[in-house]
Amino acid sequence: MNVYLLSPAISLCGLAIVVILLDLFLKRKWILGAVSVAGLIVPAAFTLALWGREETSFNGMLAVDEFSLFFNLFFLVCAALVILASMDYVSKFRAFQGEYYALVLLAATGMMLMASTRELISVYVALELTGISLYALTGFLKDPKSSEASLKYLLLGAVASAVLLYGMAMVFGLSGSTHFKDIAAAIPGDVMGNPALLMGMVLLVAGFGFKIATVPFQMWVPDVYEGAPTPITAYLSVASKAAGFAVILRVFYEALGPVSLDWGMMFGVLAAITMTLGNVVAIAQTNIKRMLGYSSIAQAGYLMIGLAAVSALGRSGLVFFLIAYAFTNLGAFIAIIAISNKTNSDLISDYSGMAKRAPLLALALGLCLISLIGIPPTAGFMAKIYIFNAAVDHDLMWLVIVAVVNTAISAYYYLRVVRVMFLGAPLSEEAVPSSGALRAALSVACIGVLLLGVYPWALLKIAETAVSMFP
Amino acid sequence: MTVGLEHFLILSAILFSIGLYGALAKRNAVVILMSIEIMLNAVNIAMVAFSRYGHLITGQVFAIFIMVVAAAEAAVGLAIIIAIYRSRETVDVEKFDLMKW
Repeated sequence: MNVYLLSPAISLCGLAIVVILLDLFLKRKWILGAVSVAGLIVPAAFTLALWGREETSFNGMLAVDEFSLFFNLFFLVCAALVILASMDYVSKFRAFQGEYYALVLLAATGMMLMASTRELISVYVALELTGISLYALTGFLKDPKSSEASLKYLLLGAVASAVLLYGMAMVFGLSGSTHFKDIAAAIPGDVMGNPALLMGMVLLVAGFGFKIATVPFQMWVPDVYEGAPTPITAYLSVASKAAGFAVILRVFYEALGPVSLDWGMMFGVLAAITMTLGNVVAIAQTNIKRMLGYSSIAQAGYLMIGLAAVSALGRSGLVFFLIAYAFTNLGAFIAIIAISNKTNSDLISDYSGMAKRAPLLALALGLCLISLIGIPPTAGFMAKIYIFNAAVDHDLMWLVIVAVVNTAISAYYYLRVVRVMFLGAPLSEEAVPSSGALRAALSVACIGVLLLGVYPWALLKIAETAVSMFP
Repeated sequence: MTVGLEHFLILSAILFSIGLYGALAKRNAVVILMSIEIMLNAVNIAMVAFSRYGHLITGQVFAIFIMVVAAAEAAVGLAIIIAIYRSRETVDVEKFDLMKW
């Protein structure tokens, strides 16, 4: 047992506790946010120090490999950007500022463990650590809308995790172990002759499908995204989704790899339905957070193409798409936070003429929306090219055609926001101010979007190494 | 007739279905939380049965973890229900329609 291998998660958890304790003594609450962001350097440093190692610890439950280390860094960057974007927002709270940051950090701890565990019990505990922190964060405003969103998220999330557990019980009963390695060795390959295993796998997909918001488990997304505090919406749409994909990659390649069922095809069909539903319903939305909620369902559909193409190219395409999507979506939400801090509205019509009131914010939001469509020279374009390439390589031409048609549909509602911002008449002449932290976070996201669009090779290489350990 | 693994699994499946029905069909948020507990306990029965008949101690450990996490989840759930009751004076999920469901 090597505790050092767990140091990123331990230090992140410790940081959360330090933030709560500081909250007791500090009078100037803005320091809490600064400490949370600065403290993230510690787990990041531990992660970088572990880079290159391939070991397991805690009786094989915890894996330290490039995949888990990559996702550690991914979640740390997401948490840092979300905290930077929250500082303005949180400073309006009268109480519980420390708890807010601590819950964001604890959710990140859970996500890190989700990506690095190789055992069903720890998958469940990590999933719930993330989930419960996020339920509390969603209801943090305690106003009717936020509480309602939180209750819906909690009830549906709890049902989903019960379903997931039932699937885990089936897999455990059939294989006699909760370790992925032993499950892969013991599980019968012929799934069609084994209805219990088939049911177990379907229930696992249902449980994880809730986390990544795929059809038919997407119904919580629009409501929760609309009601939650906007920084938490950003966090949910990026980090929580990425954690879901990380755990799916691990479970399906490491534990259920030998199963003969063509689960790639199952994900392919789900991907096609998910992206179509997300894009079509997004067209009718008038609230920008709700619209981005449906857009994130559609993006989950594109991401699942990487699961449908069961190949090294598909896996690295999925990871690269996650990076591109994280920068893009975080950027879009940070711009929305800055604008709604001033206007107190999430209606798309209230963004009219925003280019005149806040030229840089409007430009940044426009850039991120263009990247969500997938127009060059942005990250979204490179990610889509790469993941479509993987699908073509795997003879999934029909899926690529569906995805391209969907991209065309999505251009309509993304560009509508851009048009309203740049061509509409301003509702007032007041400029929209933004704080230094927000501007820093937004510039990081926008630079990420542009850099990945122009020079993606370095991160493509990292994405390829991250998934290279899967068979 | 001896009681074997399949009896426990059938009991677990029946309980799970009752819980799932309750979670999807009931209107009171507290009753939905209770239904979810039934689903989790159905899983616990399956886990312990597999553990007993397969001589695998892991199943019992898993069941204990499920109980602990379920308690945490129920605590957060009840807290959220109290928060929403303060502003809306109801726990009927059909009346939580500020946003389209």
